[in-house]
Amino acid sequence: MLTVRALKRLHISVSFDLQDGECVALQGPSGVGKTQLLRSIADLDPNEGMVKLDGTLREAMPAPAWRKRVTYLAAEPGWWSDIVQDHFSGWDDALPLVTRLGLPRSCGPWPIQRLSTGERQRLGLVRALMLRSRVLLLDEPTSALDSASTAAVESLIAERISNGTSVVWSTHDNAQARRVGSRVFVMNADGGIEENRP
Amino acid sequence: MSYIHLAYGDLVLPALLVVMDGALSLALRLKLEKQLAIATVRMVLQLILVGYVLTFLFAVVSPLWTALAAVAMVLFASREIVARQKRRLPGIWSYGLGAGCMLLAAGTVTMFALLTELRPDPWYHPRYALPLLGMILGNTMTGISLGLDVLTNSLVRERAAVEACLALGGTRYQALLPVLRDALRSGFTPIMNSMAAIGLVSLPGMMTGQILAGVEPIDAVKYQLLIMFLIAGGTGLGTLAAVTGGARLLTDHRHRLRLDRILTAE
Repeated sequence: MLTVRALKRLHISVSFDLQDGECVALQGPSGVGKTQLLRSIADLDPNEGMVKLDGTLREAMPAPAWRKRVTYLAAEPGWWSDIVQDHFSGWDDALPLVTRLGLPRSCGPWPIQRLSTGERQRLGLVRALMLRSRVLLLDEPTSALDSASTAAVESLIAERISNGTSVVWSTHDNAQARRVGSRVFVMNADGGIEENRP
Repeated sequence: MSYIHLAYGDLVLPALLVVMDGALSLALRLKLEKQLAIATVRMVLQLILVGYVLTFLFAVVSPLWTALAAVAMVLFASREIVARQKRRLPGIWSYGLGAGCMLLAAGTVTMFALLTELRPDPWYHPRYALPLLGMILGNTMTGISLGLDVLTNSLVRERAAVEACLALGGTRYQALLPVLRDALRSGFTPIMNSMAAIGLVSLPGMMTGQILAGVEPIDAVKYQLLIMFLIAGGTGLGTLAAVTGGARLLTDHRHRLRLDRILTAE
């Protein structure tokens, strides 16, 4: 279980629990701080408050180990190499997920720039899923995708959730929030969250 | 060993060449004449001043005065490094990192040369220590300032890539490695270009000076080789220290990228 208590970053101040195998949809107007909240849980920005995974404080473990368990995925993933397969420690292991999300098997040696925005978004998701993290913090993971690709991503994440992965899924799509989330958090301009049942 | 003595009056005719540059600027409306005049006056005053300072230092041969002169040179060089940065580190680090790395790198290789190869008596004799330090500082300063400039600019430009690696559980060193490599390459480039061109395209100032002062060319070459080896070592050491130090300052103990610590120059 992920426990977040009095997490503070800029104007944001939130507390919530996330059970194993639960998905919470995170909504709110652009600029309200959804990305800041997700990044703070992953400890990518300086923040205050208590965050625990299964009762273990994140400060009790090195930050890289925390982020392998509680993984943030940006809406526009970054790339540290020009070549697709250089972003994976085992490209062959990633191929089943790559093809399942509609990317060509042959794209391993391709330059990243050859991929469209939507393809890069799906590839970024595959890269994050290869970690098999306990918690996924997904920041608008389907914002650049068509409906078929969105359905493929939702189905893949649903499988992970049924296997015990917890997810916070930020989205502007109300229908998607109701589809993927067992609860919906709406972030307000004061930096707090209100909980709605879908 | 003999050389042709120059009086101040002998410099009037060559100085007319700078006046010619000023006239060109006026004629072509380059608007450089004021800057050119200021730079020329500064150069003349600085060189005459340093001439008197060195004359004094060579006369007293004091370790304290030599050390003071060396510290002053390092401080001026660190000020120059900061002036060349588009993006700066905050507070004391903007000067402290460059000054510390130059002191480490230039100081180490200067001491190395004084204690192993040149061995003047006394070992801190300013006639050897200060010109050596000056030449090494000038080149190390270029390496450090280029390395830091590429480091800060690349981190801002490559933020998404660096943070993607961090978000996936990479350490700050794994995430910054491509940027560190670019910064180090940039810091090394001038000295490597200089080593490749020396003797064919350019005759270095120190060697030319020694030849003009009556030293045999092959002896001047040996001195120049010594200086180039020292400069290469100092540049490598200084750039490595500055770039890794800068990387450490721009991340924190929780392996977060801290671009909020970079100040953009006005």
